Amino acid sequence: MDTQEPAKIQPVRRRLVELLLGGGLFASIVSAIYPVLRYLIPPPVADLGGDEVVAAKVGDLKPNGSKIIRFGTRPALLLMTAEGEYRALSAVCTHLSCTVQYRNDLHEIWCACHNGLYDLNGRNISGPPPRPLEAYQVHVRGDEIVVSRKREA
Amino acid sequence: MSLLSRVRTWLDDRFHWDDLIGPLKKKTVPVHRLSYWYFLGGITLFLFIIQVCTGILLLLYYRPGANEAFESVQYIMTRVQFGWLVRSIHSWAANLMILTAFAHMFSVVFLRAYRKPRELTWISGMLLLFLAMGFGFSGYLLPWNTLAFFATKVGTEITGQVPLIGHSLMVFLRGGEDVTGATLTRFFGFHVAVLPGLTTLLVLIHLALVQYFGMSVPPGVEARWKAFPSQARQMRFFPNFFLRELMAWYIALGVLGALAAILPWELGTKADPFASAPAGIRPEWYFMFMFQTLKKIPAKVWFADGEVVGILVFGAAGLVWMLLPFFDQAGGGRGRKFIMGAGVFALTYIFAMTIYGYLAK
Repeated sequence: MDTQEPAKIQPVRRRLVELLLGGGLFASIVSAIYPVLRYLIPPPVADLGGDEVVAAKVGDLKPNGSKIIRFGTRPALLLMTAEGEYRALSAVCTHLSCTVQYRNDLHEIWCACHNGLYDLNGRNISGPPPRPLEAYQVHVRGDEIVVSRKREA
Repeated sequence: MSLLSRVRTWLDDRFHWDDLIGPLKKKTVPVHRLSYWYFLGGITLFLFIIQVCTGILLLLYYRPGANEAFESVQYIMTRVQFGWLVRSIHSWAANLMILTAFAHMFSVVFLRAYRKPRELTWISGMLLLFLAMGFGFSGYLLPWNTLAFFATKVGTEITGQVPLIGHSLMVFLRGGEDVTGATLTRFFGFHVAVLPGLTTLLVLIHLALVQYFGMSVPPGVEARWKAFPSQARQMRFFPNFFLRELMAWYIALGVLGALAAILPWELGTKADPFASAPAGIRPEWYFMFMFQTLKKIPAKVWFADGEVVGILVFGAAGLVWMLLPFFDQAGGGRGRKFIMGAGVFALTYIFAMTIYGYLAK
């Protein structure tokens, strides 16, 4: 289409009509798209009891044993070392978020997905994991083992 | 060369684009004082597109299942941003779509647009109306609220009254002997997979037929145009009619948005299969005339159950209605008169019975 010719003879009124039409159309499209975009964002999930959880009873774990517990919305690993000491760590591998497990033959924490290894303090010692696992605090309160997030100093 | 015309040339080189859209360019729409009725089918299509879009959005959060469905709809309406609006638009557009489909159908009857060669267009349209009602019936249950639960119970029970195949049909619909979570799972499947697939296919066929035969001109106008060919007026479909149709869609969107925002659709209370039915159980308004009729038929008509008689009469009437175009040429002008009479009767009956249904306790 030849766009040069009409531009010269186009009166101002035509431009105004185009502006109104285009603006109205644009506003209509925005008013339809905006709610849809907001709708697509999932509402935040309430993170109930994410800071402290009763993980087990004393005696549930034997030395060199372990258990996956629910810590907030994510899994955590509670284990008892061969020396009888409790440890609690995030069970979410720092590589690609698989759930790790305690290997009682290796005395180490292992991720089955890509062969990542962590020591019992959660430090990444071999394989692809880029960061250590977050360590949690363990208290024995009566006959309950309580796992809680470490307070930041 | 602008980007747009380059894309066009590229497409044209490969698909002969201009040949493809050629028929659309040549398509014209007759212009006469009844032309406004041509908009109704398009508006129905527009509302169907709205339903597909909002339906997909609802699927992002909806969970089928007796323990989760009500809560998930509640979640959509209270927690998800603009969720109330999306659900409200889906409910309102569903009802408006049935309304415009009915109006479209009656306009076709009274303008005699069904006549030869458009018999199959009429039949495909009738099938689409049945599918739309199926959408309504199955979608009504999905929020799993009390009203929908009992309406579905009654509706499927009526299906069970059909002689011979009724019981099997009812068990098929319910996914068992009773309305349970299994029914919800089935209705969900019908609503989001089976019906959309069939409807999309039929809409394409319906549109292809409309495109193939062109717009029907009402007989009175047609006769006048034949006598005075200079009076005949046509409008190009693209862009002249298309832009007018777009305006109609825009108005429909405005009405829909206003209704959804000012009168948001209610959710009611969660269905409890072991609670008594509350007062005021009724189906969606477009089933009301049948519901009210069945309520008024005596328990026994001669030797048969009243319900069964009612269902058979409605079934027969539906069949005759669907074959309406084939009576047009019958018996000189008698067939045509019968169709007009049937149209007036059906419209009056549906109107009167619907109002009666809402007024009667």
